[in-house]
Amino acid sequence: MSSFLLNVLLALIWTMAVGRFTLQQLVLGFLLGFLVVAIVEPLQGTSRYTRRVTRGLRFAAFFLKELVLSNLRIAYDVITPRLHARPQIVAVPLDAQTESEITLLANFLTLTPGTLSLDLSSDKRVLYVHAMYAENPEQAINQIKQGMEMRLLEVLR
Amino acid sequence: MIVFVTGLLALSGALLMLIAAVGLLRMPDFYTRMQAAAKAGTLGILLIVAATGITLGSVSALLHAFLASLFFVLTTPVAAHLLGRAAYLSGVRPWVLQDELAGRYHTQTHELGSGRAPTASLPGIDQAEQASS
Repeated sequence: MSSFLLNVLLALIWTMAVGRFTLQQLVLGFLLGFLVVAIVEPLQGTSRYTRRVTRGLRFAAFFLKELVLSNLRIAYDVITPRLHARPQIVAVPLDAQTESEITLLANFLTLTPGTLSLDLSSDKRVLYVHAMYAENPEQAINQIKQGMEMRLLEVLR
Repeated sequence: MIVFVTGLLALSGALLMLIAAVGLLRMPDFYTRMQAAAKAGTLGILLIVAATGITLGSVSALLHAFLASLFFVLTTPVAAHLLGRAAYLSGVRPWVLQDELAGRYHTQTHELGSGRAPTASLPGIDQAEQASS
């Protein structure tokens, strides 16, 4: 967290040095400050902040890609006469532990490729997911666990 | 140039919403319909909001557009999730190849078993029902 504060401080110093307190300058200062922090942090031994931010950005890119792809896939399925969907409801065993991790995972799953989270078991160990485009349950579970869940947990932990 | 980009964004957004609407009619059952509505609808709204924000161009408009998209991304999945659960509990049978959720709900309390080793926290689960699933 102190790395984040350092980043904000650097952004403020940048706006003071430029002499114009506008949103553009603040954003630019923040980006430049992030570069500085990314260089300095490994010297202090830990690079958690840098790693989290880069992973977060990579996750955002991954999520946007999946969102567009899933939309194109469903749009194709809706427009063309034949239905290609092989819907099934699968039980996905969860590695996510806390409520916030599970909530985020369920939400992101609903927004991405042909998966819709239906319910969470009362002991929070299994998430029931309606998947539309998988050959069999094992493949659906693997896709979810190695795609969305692994990447999301990388960012959160 | 900007006009061209925003026009493209807004048009593709509107097209996606149209496809979501057609999908609502064409999909075979409730759950696949939810899929079409939840996904295509969300991305359509995001594109249109982005186009609006860029057209207006001011910082406050962009921030509002960002906030609006954030709220859409946060709320749509929750609504879809609640509708899906409510439909399943009220007996809307899914059109699926395999249903691993079948028989996992406790009929009275609606407690949901995980199908794994039974835990002490779930005394209400009907063992016979679990074995049959």
